Amino acid sequence: MKLALRELWRRPSRFVTATVILSLIATLLMFLGSLLDGLINASTGAIRALPGDVIVYSSTSQASFARSRIEPAQRSAILEVSGVEQTGGIGLAQLGARIPGNDVRDLAGVAVFGVEIAPRGVDALPAYGEAYADEILQADGVEVGMEILLGPARSPITIIGFVADTNFSGQAGLWTTAETWRAVLSANRPDAQVAEGVFQSLLVRITPGTDPVAVAQAIDNATGGATLSLSISDAIDAIPGVTEQQATFNQIIGVTVVIAVVVIALFFALLTVERTGLYGVLAALGARARTLFAGVILQALIVTFIACAVSATLLVIADLAVPPGSIPLDVTPTRLIFSTLLLLIAAVLGCAFSLRRILRIDPASAIGSAS
Amino acid sequence: MTSESLQHTGHPVPTPDALQMTDVRKVYTMGDGSEVVALHNASLTVGADEIVALVGPSGSGKTTLCSIAGGILSASGGTVTVGGEDITHFSERQLTKFRQERVGFVFQSVNLVPFLTARENLLVVDEMGRRTGAAARQRADQLLHELGLADRAKNLPGQLSGGQRQRVAIGRALMNDPALVLFDEPTSALDTQLGEQVMELIRTEMKSRGTAAIVVTHDERITSYCDRSVYITDGVLKA
Repeated sequence: MKLALRELWRRPSRFVTATVILSLIATLLMFLGSLLDGLINASTGAIRALPGDVIVYSSTSQASFARSRIEPAQRSAILEVSGVEQTGGIGLAQLGARIPGNDVRDLAGVAVFGVEIAPRGVDALPAYGEAYADEILQADGVEVGMEILLGPARSPITIIGFVADTNFSGQAGLWTTAETWRAVLSANRPDAQVAEGVFQSLLVRITPGTDPVAVAQAIDNATGGATLSLSISDAIDAIPGVTEQQATFNQIIGVTVVIAVVVIALFFALLTVERTGLYGVLAALGARARTLFAGVILQALIVTFIACAVSATLLVIADLAVPPGSIPLDVTPTRLIFSTLLLLIAAVLGCAFSLRRILRIDPASAIGSAS
Repeated sequence: MTSESLQHTGHPVPTPDALQMTDVRKVYTMGDGSEVVALHNASLTVGADEIVALVGPSGSGKTTLCSIAGGILSASGGTVTVGGEDITHFSERQLTKFRQERVGFVFQSVNLVPFLTARENLLVVDEMGRRTGAAARQRADQLLHELGLADRAKNLPGQLSGGQRQRVAIGRALMNDPALVLFDEPTSALDTQLGEQVMELIRTEMKSRGTAAIVVTHDERITSYCDRSVYITDGVLKA
């Protein structure tokens, strides 16, 4: 082990190429992962911010707020279901917002949520005509006290505060009361307006300790199949594009890890070939194959870790430098650690390709040879 | 042949021979199934502090004999005893441990680890084997001092002269206090003058420690530095 460490320390130039290539791969891996997290968070933040356990849509809606309607009678039936403690109406209108000071054509995409239960981060629901905005709108110049105009009807709404991580389908969350939402929807989407007491969906809070999936099933049974009830995690997966984005990015990440395995395998296989003479001498002196292999793995792990540390630093700097809202990049310690662990596993797998060659090292090669 | 030494009781007690090879054969099976006999019933005894020159042309079998004596190769037949320990039927694992603890090697091109200092090149023997730590460091310092390399302990091989590198290699071979040191063509890469100096050094160091050595060579000139010479031709040993 000491031998491997000393080689790294005394001959760093031998490992520069591998470190640079692995840094690029690690940067790509961490960037892709952070981009995936950012995209998913930008699509699902609003659902995750809802303080409940189950979301109820109408059965024909395919879990789309726009296509869903929950009638007052259905709500009453749902309240009777065992395990249901509270329900809160949810309405959504996805509109363009005009922000004072910006070009008239420079619209910010907003998802106007009308709710009866305040989302996480909001203590009390705002008054009529007011809303809490997701902090991402600050990048568009939105400030507390500012009045922005929503949709083609230019419905005015006053921003009274900001909340974090509440976006929906890439649009900034705007949290207001059911009455405000109803008015905005009627003015801007007259074809989609809903009657008093009707919501697009319901947020359900269940009795602590109850299984959300079981309650969801009980709700659908109680409504005679007129509803589609999903736990929060299922509702997140049901948001259009979320599963597809995850699958696509995870495939790219998987291919990147495979490339890392190949790079590490090739590099350390070459190093092992170079060291055949040295390994022969060490084997003649009594070194075991496992000792030599452990040295190779240790070097691969250190080189990979250094590459990951460099990449993580670069990504954090990039994240700080990129203006908020310009790229949906969410750099988190969890993602950086996960990517590092993936590459460390790739390093061990890559080294495994050198194992056969090390096991075949012949100590006799050290004797009777000038090399 | 058995040597005798005096213990503190004053009574002479037998010291085992450094090497006893009896009727040793080594047969290689080739890819086409045919067999090549590299060593024909070789018998050789090396006393506890004896220096023996093993002389023969290329391909004569001297490397094979040396490898069997050093526990690198197993014999196909016969018996091999090193320092009183019968290694004839040792497994790979046992031979590895045996090499760690009982024999020393000085290779043809010295073969020091290029990125380790002189001191670390000695300590690598301990790191590959018993890991005695402080005791090994103490022995390494002592050996470097005795070999006149104390002021070169922190130098890398590339910063040492050919003779100094050879001395480091000898120090490395002596680190595990071996019963037998095997020198593989120690002067082949050196000019005549430096070769003679190295052989003088080998003789001095081996004799001062009472350590036995086999010096493999095809150069008759260096046999004068050894106690006796044995010749090998086509795998057959002649005294």
